[in-house]
Amino acid sequence: MGAHIEQSARAVARDVATGARPAAEVCEAFLDRIRSEEPRICAFNTVVHERAMARATAIDAARTAGQTSLRDQPLLGVPVAVKDNMCTTGVPTTASSRILRGFVPPYSATVVTRLEAAGAIVIGKTNLDEFAMGSSTENSAVGPTKNPWDVSRTPGGSSGGSAAAVAARMAPVALGSDTGGSIRQPAAFCGLVGVKPTYGRVSRYGLMAFASSLDQIGPFAHTAEDAALVLQAIAGHDPHDATSSTESVPDFLSGLDRGVAGLRIGVPRAFVGEGVDASVQRAFADALDRWRAAGAQIVDVELPHARYAIPVYYLIATAEASSNLARYDGVRYGHRATPGRDDGLKNMYERTRDEGFGAEVKRRIMLGTYVLSAGYYDAYYLKAQQVRTLLRQDYEHAFASCDVVAMPTTPTPAFKLGEKTDDPIQMYLSDVFTVSANLTGLPAISIPAGLSPERLPIGVQLTGRMFDEATLFAAAHALEI
Amino acid sequence: MSTTLTRADVTRIAELARLELTTDELDLFTRQLGDILGYVEQIRELDTSGVAPTSHVLNLPVERPDVIVEPLARPAALANAPDAAPEAGLFKVPRVI
Repeated sequence: MGAHIEQSARAVARDVATGARPAAEVCEAFLDRIRSEEPRICAFNTVVHERAMARATAIDAARTAGQTSLRDQPLLGVPVAVKDNMCTTGVPTTASSRILRGFVPPYSATVVTRLEAAGAIVIGKTNLDEFAMGSSTENSAVGPTKNPWDVSRTPGGSSGGSAAAVAARMAPVALGSDTGGSIRQPAAFCGLVGVKPTYGRVSRYGLMAFASSLDQIGPFAHTAEDAALVLQAIAGHDPHDATSSTESVPDFLSGLDRGVAGLRIGVPRAFVGEGVDASVQRAFADALDRWRAAGAQIVDVELPHARYAIPVYYLIATAEASSNLARYDGVRYGHRATPGRDDGLKNMYERTRDEGFGAEVKRRIMLGTYVLSAGYYDAYYLKAQQVRTLLRQDYEHAFASCDVVAMPTTPTPAFKLGEKTDDPIQMYLSDVFTVSANLTGLPAISIPAGLSPERLPIGVQLTGRMFDEATLFAAAHALEI
Repeated sequence: MSTTLTRADVTRIAELARLELTTDELDLFTRQLGDILGYVEQIRELDTSGVAPTSHVLNLPVERPDVIVEPLARPAALANAPDAAPEAGLFKVPRVI
């Protein structure tokens, strides 16, 4: 069994397509692995045994009947873990919030539909910080997920369940969502490749909205190749999401081997020098050396406004969240507070939301409500949008002299569970290197870059030009060789 | 403008956000929101006069043909409601007035 669950998604699909391994056998192997590992890791909110096995059996029958094709179904028989803020028809989807306990969506997110069309099998829904608000998966109504490398530590967040599921080999690949680093930071903490695609690259239809100008869905995988394979399946315009781009989607896999010869890698030295753990500095320097040895050119760039990215992010993300989360009102779905005898509609709303939301979600809704309120809008929200423009200009200038920008993904390796839960600002600062990609819309990837002395994974991040994920995959692949 | 946030401010924000807070929550959030505002204030040191705001990074006009599509069936739309009158096809809420 061990060797099988360590197969790449690409190898699994190839084996299922040739009949070398039935999809049902693959699915059973991962369900067995979930049975043995899940009690220790707590990565899943829901495991869909029957649905997954039924699909696997159907895939095997279709293959026997000659109705499958690896070209049309590049993820044939590949189990996928999906973050529990993406809707799945008939399977509970809770965003790890009490307010959506028992919610069973009547439709699937476009990413889920596309994965299934590509032959993938949804094996379960993974834990997250409630509504994707957090950096440790501790803000979950179902309890924290543990890091498979050290269960006393966080897997990161908010997509911590997806990262932990892949790191513990409970699924070969997974989907997460990234609003300020929620794919890349857990990928770094769990030793995985994690991609935040260009804003607009992937449809958000069926993703529970947190901050609509920042949210993007992307893959977790052990290799750049598997991450590219998953992004290929989910990318592209969707009429159901008006913000999804009509930009054509290149073949990410064919460019994977093109190497980094001549690639100009920009390093914002002043920004990445501050407050970064020595082990992370060393891993980052090693990665740059390896890219240089492979033919890349390392150049200095300046991002003078990057140090304002966290405050800008928390003003913009919370403002958008306060509006997006207004829909959770106890009327159409989810939790409703038991009414008192004389309660009217307004009391019902207020009590439902107080009972249904956790502390971090309430903090962010209130901060967002405040910065959008009369008298504060210009000083906070408009100002943040202007600094967002300055940050975009920083990257435009940087891309005049480089092709990608490199930084560590996080200032430290995975921190201890409970270490930052009482101090929201310290928790926010773990996203210092990741939020800029969301504010600018640029694609970014976290790549495994070795281990710390405590044997914890460290990630390096590359940010590319708009819609240039292909270069990120090629550069990531170059570090794997 | 000051970043000092009072309990009255937080009570007002909570009401705007339709959140009924307990006394403990009110104390905690008054302190924490004040701290967060104090932290984010640093952007005010930047001169942004004449800088256009970014609300969205892809400012493309989005158009589509105006065609009628099949909506979610009413029973499916009502299936998750905590209280509903499916026979009438309606959601139910407490009294409004």
